[in-house]
Amino acid sequence: MSKLKFYLPVLSFVVIAIALWRGLYLDTKTLPSMLIDKPMPSFELTAVDGSGVSNSDLPGQIFLLNVWGSYCLPCLIEHPTLMRLSEEGAIPVVGVNYRDRQDLAVDWLENNGNPFAFSILDESGRFGIDLGVYGAPETYLVDANGVIRFRHVSVLDETVWQEEFLPAIAELRAEGT
Amino acid sequence: MSSPAISPNRNLLLLITLVFVLLASLLTPGAAYSQVDTFEFETEEQQDRFRTLSDELRCPMCQNSSLSGSTGGVAEDLRREIHRMIMEGMSDSEIIQFMFERYGDFILFRPRLTAGTVLLWFGPLLFLILGGLIASGIWRRARKISDSDTQLDKSQQERLRELLGEKT
Repeated sequence: MSKLKFYLPVLSFVVIAIALWRGLYLDTKTLPSMLIDKPMPSFELTAVDGSGVSNSDLPGQIFLLNVWGSYCLPCLIEHPTLMRLSEEGAIPVVGVNYRDRQDLAVDWLENNGNPFAFSILDESGRFGIDLGVYGAPETYLVDANGVIRFRHVSVLDETVWQEEFLPAIAELRAEGT
Repeated sequence: MSSPAISPNRNLLLLITLVFVLLASLLTPGAAYSQVDTFEFETEEQQDRFRTLSDELRCPMCQNSSLSGSTGGVAEDLRREIHRMIMEGMSDSEIIQFMFERYGDFILFRPRLTAGTVLLWFGPLLFLILGGLIASGIWRRARKISDSDTQLDKSQQERLRELLGEKT
């Protein structure tokens, strides 16, 4: 009994300490997407190049949907990765030009290169709301049926590509979607 | 006029300052830093609903502020959406559902009651009950000890009388 009396406070201290210690390293900045396993929201909008785009223009295979903007510095960091993926034909990349201006977006693509099959122009951020976007860059993995399967918030660099996207894509391929 | 190293006056001054700081922090409203939008409403009621909703929904980008208190781009867009939906005649619960479908539990400052949030809602009550049980246990044991301490058995009573010098 007296042994229990001694160990109980020690034990509760250890439990609380471990919980709080873990709490220090929890990632509270990354929100889980509500659109996982849901179809991509329907859209009928203009692309950055001025042409009209809708859901029927989406690639009929697994593709990346990358949310970007000319104001977005992290987008510049992940840009080489997107360029490589697009040039090697590894996966089609569709862009969402989020809360930007068309002229600035066009300039940005001219200066840095254009990895996108097309970029949906979302100057008002309204399409972004339907996607649950809260800041560029974000990258969604969409399957051949147009269903969103995975989201990565912030920079998509080579490490993230290798460690998060490739396994997710392999899983989709195994399912046959 | 001898003054000690730390005069009691100084302590008093510190105490008063502390009380003032605490009071001031209580009186300052938490999210009084509303963003200025130029939305127009038809009725006062619509405006009140807009205020309540943008106070109760959390900005997904600047995570410790409400939509009304955030300068973030997405907060601006979401405030515009709330305004649009109010003007289109949608109810508060429909608007909250719209936000929930896109941003999840995270956007609600008042989380829904689900299996995952039960502890969040009733945790404090649980701790209160637990604390009450522990406190009453300690109290009961303390009373038992004091009761048994004051009761002497026969031999102890005799010894007490002896000590007090009373012969039986």
